[in-house]
Amino acid sequence: MTIEVKNIVKKFGSFAALDNVDLKVGKGELLALLGPSGSGKTTLLRIIAGLDWPDAGEVTIDGEDALGHGASERHVGFVFQHYALFRHMTVFENVAFGLRVQPRAVRKDEATIRARVKELLDLVQLDWLANRYPSQLSGGQRQRIALARALAIEPRILLLDEPFGALDAKVRKELRQWLRSLHSEIHVTSIFVTHDQEEALEVANRVVVMDKGRIEQIGTPGDVYDNPATAFVHGFIGESIVLPVEVAGGAVHLGGRPLNIAAEGVAAGASKLFVRRHDMQIGPAGTGSLEGAVRHVRSFGPIQRAEVALTDGEGKTVIEIDAPRDRELQAGEIIGLQPRRYRIFAAQE
Amino acid sequence: MSTQTSFVTPATSLRAYAATADLAMAPPAPRTAGDRARHAAASKDLRSEPGPIRFIIIALAVSFLTIFVVLPLVVVFASAFSKGIGAYLAALAEPEALSAIKLTLLVAAISVSLNLVFGVVAAWAIAKFDFPGKTFLITLIDLPFSVSPVISGLVFVLLFGAQGYWGAWLQANDIHILFAVPGIALATIFVTFPFVARSLIPLMQEQGTQEEEAAISLGASGLQTFFRVTLPNIKWGLLYGVLLCNARAMGEFGAVSVVSGHIRGETNTMPLLVEILYNEYQFVASFAIASLLAMLALITLVVKTVLEQRLDEAQIPKDDPSDH
Repeated sequence: MTIEVKNIVKKFGSFAALDNVDLKVGKGELLALLGPSGSGKTTLLRIIAGLDWPDAGEVTIDGEDALGHGASERHVGFVFQHYALFRHMTVFENVAFGLRVQPRAVRKDEATIRARVKELLDLVQLDWLANRYPSQLSGGQRQRIALARALAIEPRILLLDEPFGALDAKVRKELRQWLRSLHSEIHVTSIFVTHDQEEALEVANRVVVMDKGRIEQIGTPGDVYDNPATAFVHGFIGESIVLPVEVAGGAVHLGGRPLNIAAEGVAAGASKLFVRRHDMQIGPAGTGSLEGAVRHVRSFGPIQRAEVALTDGEGKTVIEIDAPRDRELQAGEIIGLQPRRYRIFAAQE
Repeated sequence: MSTQTSFVTPATSLRAYAATADLAMAPPAPRTAGDRARHAAASKDLRSEPGPIRFIIIALAVSFLTIFVVLPLVVVFASAFSKGIGAYLAALAEPEALSAIKLTLLVAAISVSLNLVFGVVAAWAIAKFDFPGKTFLITLIDLPFSVSPVISGLVFVLLFGAQGYWGAWLQANDIHILFAVPGIALATIFVTFPFVARSLIPLMQEQGTQEEEAAISLGASGLQTFFRVTLPNIKWGLLYGVLLCNARAMGEFGAVSVVSGHIRGETNTMPLLVEILYNEYQFVASFAIASLLAMLALITLVVKTVLEQRLDEAQIPKDDPSDH
């Protein structure tokens, strides 16, 4: 099922939670809305679900206007960050809820409901918990029950609000993989909200990066990581070294000294140079257009992370770089640095 | 108890009082992490006091309670039965007594059921929605607690009395409110209004709106959501509020006294009859009625304790820190 969002505006008082947002979601996609808190991602999700209403704009689900219908008529599965399981019902009754509240004309008989609930509990691999209460489950189990409950109504689309946000790191990782394989099994068009870039890049087919109520970039995980469209995306996704530079006459200057890199069409003026930590070429002192003193080295896994104080006149700029283990770095060593891959964005006011 | 800290009302201070009494006499098994911490702190503090001081403090508390609470209660029952059980039963079988009991039950039934509905609606509005004037509404709900009951009764005299705003119109249409059941019920409703709302607001605020949102997104209608999700979640808090509301409705004296008119056998509730009989030196009859009210109080206390346990259980935090 497809979802289309057009020119959505939502204000809370004078604060614009969503500022003219457009989004198209294709059939069977698993889309991530990624952004820092306050970027409007949850508001957008709630508007699609019918739990919030926009001040202006359109939402269509499968080409059909959604804003004319309340949440209970939209047939949208919603999974909450804090699960929102009905605490006074057993797991079984929680999952059965959506089937039991259907209008009498379409409601299934008890045997069909039981069979369907059993099937869903099997799907989330928790059939053995059917008679427990939510308070007796772990966080990961609760979230899987919440998902089974949302799927019970055979939703046209599935919306997940920070589905793993309240879980600890290890469970989160497991559930991520589980969600991805579940999606490839049932293929329902899904959107999930997260502030965790790793989660978004690992699970989603496409990632929508949001900031301050606007969409900054839409693309595949590879796209948003390798070709960030804006300074915000570059800074938000992956670790970046950010240096304030000056563009003049097609050349890039740092602290008055020219760097041996091209301005890539960025207009003259104050700009920002973004380099991934692992995209800094390390050489002996005197090579490269930057120079710095290694202050501190930590080694873990395949990399060593070094804190380098740049000799940029004042020596106050400290950056962190990742170097492969085969080039041993020593504290106190002076090294030359050259950005291998980089992006320059005009500085925003 | 933690959820009620934002409000200090008779209902909450009663609970707080009950909690401290528990701690002083027989510490109950701690139920929540918070309770455990508080409990541990309290018992540690107690142990840090030298023995004699501890003894004096406990003795003081116990003797104070005995003199001001237990003794009066004993006196009520002793006086009621002073002429034997026959006289006691005879006093209760008097037509005036029976009429007072009936009237009290009727007024309590009316005011409790109406306040149940009003209280749930008010608590729902305050806990689940944001709207301008919300703070004002919360203050307004507390008004009956802060106004003297006599004034509360007087308000209805000013509204419905012969010289009141609507007095002439009511008289012209032969509608009796003052010195009749409607007036007594109105005054009681006014005085007991806060109990249900107050016991529900903190509970509903804590529970938030997510379960309701989940129900709606699963296709439930508003009514289905209320009866299948909201009501089961607040039932213990609701019963707690109803219990306190009922106790106050049956025991209310001041406001009812002003609007009742004291027509014997017609508009006297139990508390009013107790006073009348006492003033007429009918001590056995007076204390017999009083003993009924005292028993109501004792039953209320027991049920309240049970409900408080249920409430604490219903407030298990949603986010279990031991997620795995």
